[in-house]
Amino acid sequence: MSNNLTVSNTTLVWGFGLVLVALFIGYREKLGINKDVLVGVVRAIIQLSIVGYILKFVIKTDDNWLTMACFVIIVINASWNAGKRGNGIPKAFQNSLLAISVGTVVTLGTLVLTGSIKFVPEQIVPVTGMIASNIMVAIGLCYRNMLQTFTDREQQVLEKLALGADIKLASIDILRDSIKSGMQPTIDSIKTLGLVSLPGMMSGLIFAGVDPVKAIKYQIMVTFMLLASTGLGSIISCYLGYREFYNQQKQLNSKLLQ
Amino acid sequence: MGNILEIKNLSYKVEDKEILKHINLQVESGEYLTFVGPSGSGKSTLMRIVASMLTATSGDVIFDGMSIKDYEPIKYRQRVSYAFQQPTLFGKTVKDNLEFPFLVRNQEYDQKKAISALEMVNLDESYINKSVNDISGGEKQRIALLRNLLFRPEILITDEVTTGLDTENKEIVHQMLERFNKEDKMTILRVTHDESEIERAAKKITIKDGEII
Repeated sequence: MSNNLTVSNTTLVWGFGLVLVALFIGYREKLGINKDVLVGVVRAIIQLSIVGYILKFVIKTDDNWLTMACFVIIVINASWNAGKRGNGIPKAFQNSLLAISVGTVVTLGTLVLTGSIKFVPEQIVPVTGMIASNIMVAIGLCYRNMLQTFTDREQQVLEKLALGADIKLASIDILRDSIKSGMQPTIDSIKTLGLVSLPGMMSGLIFAGVDPVKAIKYQIMVTFMLLASTGLGSIISCYLGYREFYNQQKQLNSKLLQ
Repeated sequence: MGNILEIKNLSYKVEDKEILKHINLQVESGEYLTFVGPSGSGKSTLMRIVASMLTATSGDVIFDGMSIKDYEPIKYRQRVSYAFQQPTLFGKTVKDNLEFPFLVRNQEYDQKKAISALEMVNLDESYINKSVNDISGGEKQRIALLRNLLFRPEILITDEVTTGLDTENKEIVHQMLERFNKEDKMTILRVTHDESEIERAAKKITIKDGEII
């Protein structure tokens, strides 16, 4: 593998000029985003630097427990963020934790057991991050869609309940739409793979000098992995989440609606 | 005939606001009660509590000798059915709506039963496959009511279901409910603001400021 990556600290400083472009647009168009841009950039630099050093240590140590600890930290962090997107849905964190754990374990387990990746930190940690972050985004979309559609279709849900429908039958359309909304971005991005975007994994390998044909194989594997994981994450979070819209008497909890 | 429903010292509060205050009422099986009173007096809230769509802050509702709290809510709502003022139709066609009561009860859809129900509200067989978008307001309310009535509930609660309907549609709904009450001995609790319905009502209960007067 040839290593021709030449990002030095100096080139990074020059690259910062590109942030100024975003800041200029924000300033000129009075978008009120400059504070967010700056905070985001500073956070990205700090977080990535810390992660870089941690990863260096984890990879160098090559200890299974340390790798597992990284896995747990990533999953909890992703669940925490997905839970926040629940916007008041009770147990959003716990449900996200279960959804992300199952999605990540099943997908990662399959990849390891089939020999697609090895149980070594340099493979497990980045792939866990990739899976967990995609499920996190999918769950966020599921929660947002669920809150919105329960609000929009409140009358219909009430009528179904009044007719004696169980909460699942009363919410089934909302459930389907929400699961679909969680999976849709992954499905959409798959359609344009290679045509519009050369995704992170593949680009990274090509950057690192890997034969693009080999890189494609990894990307295809990542695609399968993301489809399964966002599907699992969406279905688990939605099936656990919709129950929170009802109380024990199987009445719609109107306080949750927007 | 014995009491099918008994409301005991029922109150309902939203934060500090008292919507219903110590309501007591006994309803005999087969009665047709008409609830009247100004808007915001608590009629609909009372009906929704009886329909198990809301839970009272205090007091109790006894249905068929047992507290509403002890029933499985889904089974209860199949016996005490609530019809809304401005219902929405589900799915794409009229059939989707008439199929729903079967789905609720895990029963196979019976097209004959659905068609004879349609005929009961002066709608012919061709309506079964009509799109819900091609249905007028009056027809929509009649079809929505059929969802409540396809499997005869023991109590039917109608919450201003004739509001906004023309005279012809009002009459169809009115006659249908009369027939269910007389022939099937169905207990009906009706909320209405309609003068002609109030005039024709056999037994009226007035609610004002959350109290029966």
